[in-house]
Amino acid sequence: MANFTEIVKWTQLLEATRETLYMTTISVLVTFILGLVLGLLLFLTDKGNLWENRGINVIIAGFVNIFRSIPFIILIVLLIPFTKLLVGTMLGANAALPALIIGAAPFYARMVEIALREIDKGVIEASQSMGATHSQIIFKVLIPESLPALISGLTVTAISLVSFTAMAGVIGAGGLGHFAYLEGFQRNRPLVTLVATIAILILVFIIQFIGDYFTKKTDKR
Amino acid sequence: MISIKDVRKVFPSKQGQLKAVDDVNLDVKEGEIFGVIGYSGAGKSTLIRMLNGLELPTEGSVTVAGRVISKIKGSELRKARQEISMIFQHFNLLWSRTVSENIAFPLEIAGVGGSERQKRVKELIHLVGLEGRENAYPSQLSGGQKQRVGIARALANNPKVLLCDEATSALDPQTTDAILDLLVDINKRLGLTIVLITHEMHVIRKICHRVAVMESGRIVELGQVLEVFKNPQQQITKRFVQQVTEPEETKETAEHLLERYQSGKVVQLSFIGDSVEQPLITNLIRQNNVTVNILQGKISQTQSGSYGTLFIHLDGSEQEVIKAVDYIRSQQVGVEVISNG
Repeated sequence: MANFTEIVKWTQLLEATRETLYMTTISVLVTFILGLVLGLLLFLTDKGNLWENRGINVIIAGFVNIFRSIPFIILIVLLIPFTKLLVGTMLGANAALPALIIGAAPFYARMVEIALREIDKGVIEASQSMGATHSQIIFKVLIPESLPALISGLTVTAISLVSFTAMAGVIGAGGLGHFAYLEGFQRNRPLVTLVATIAILILVFIIQFIGDYFTKKTDKR
Repeated sequence: MISIKDVRKVFPSKQGQLKAVDDVNLDVKEGEIFGVIGYSGAGKSTLIRMLNGLELPTEGSVTVAGRVISKIKGSELRKARQEISMIFQHFNLLWSRTVSENIAFPLEIAGVGGSERQKRVKELIHLVGLEGRENAYPSQLSGGQKQRVGIARALANNPKVLLCDEATSALDPQTTDAILDLLVDINKRLGLTIVLITHEMHVIRKICHRVAVMESGRIVELGQVLEVFKNPQQQITKRFVQQVTEPEETKETAEHLLERYQSGKVVQLSFIGDSVEQPLITNLIRQNNVTVNILQGKISQTQSGSYGTLFIHLDGSEQEVIKAVDYIRSQQVGVEVISNG
């Protein structure tokens, strides 16, 4: 047992977990807002909807499709100049955030769009017939009526983001990925890698549990 | 209250232009329950959606409660829509909101304050008879209850006009009648003008004052419900009227009767309004030397009187039978001799 604590440095593990949590939390929050806005725009500018506009729809759809298709590890490398411009460095947890958000937001935007399409068109028509403004329709109808799907989509996105942070970690962002790769793999300590993996698994299970709880709680159908 | 002038609505489609509404002129009076009947695809849905600006006419003008709905836009149209409520075939409630919250929704849109809103919601729940279900979600309600929520929601901002888009078509017959009774009650109590579209003549018969029959975008017949029942002009109207006045099997029954009664006459009598209440058959037998056999009959209530049909078999000497038929004619009852026996 003494051997075990010697090999796995707990303060380092704790620090790595804290970094992963930090990157995940911030990127999930920003991805939620950005993805929601993009998803709403995708939905609203689509044919037969409130802001029908083919031009804008095609542009946003193109943007979303391109960034959703680039493998994350390549996206990080591609975004290095952008990250340097924005954050000033390409090392540390903050430097990982632009790539995490740009990688996840388009993915979530598509999920938001799908969630919004599930809403009964009749409900939107009914709100229009009551004289609702577009912002009232968005905040009082579209978002509340698709909330369970928005939450379950966010859960999936958050779990992807945990694995994205691990990849970013290898490039130098810190966190559990960095810990597993540098301390575990590079120094040939499989036990460290295993512990880091378990930490990530626990994190993912917690996210899944919270997500499922709120999806169920908001679903009154 | 509502005036539709020279309205035409054309949808572009792959097979050229689709005329959904074609040259329609219509006036609906204040406090009236006006029905539009037609089969699906007749354009009645498009017509009713032009009354609150959900569809805009390609040509012509639509005026509701003094506002030209076909011209106004933006906040003016939204303001107008608060006075023109609508209920739907599939209710269109927000599943994420409770009964109370659904009814509060149009009040939120209109910017009614919290305490005022709660008071109004309470009144409306009482009005539509949903006490005790305030905190239920739509998924926990029956179809009839959902439509009651829809009606309460539609009445929240004290509208001048209520539009009903096939409001009872998804309900069973018993619930349909309960909802129709509620609509009549609201019409009488609040003096609300109601426009409804349906494909069921039963709905027209039960609550409408006037009816328009639509076929391929045009209004082919228009009049008082009782008049239309008494004297349908168009083939399509006759078919709709038959929905409620004659049981399905009438034709077969008539043929069967003709075979059975070799002598005498089988006569179809149509009663309208007051004539329903006369003791016609008693007088017929007292004053004529004929035997009367009642074969089949039905009386329907409409908002402005009763309407009924009765099939009878008259037997006796030929002269007496003719005399009897003339007597019935003199009583302002429609007579149609099905065939000579």
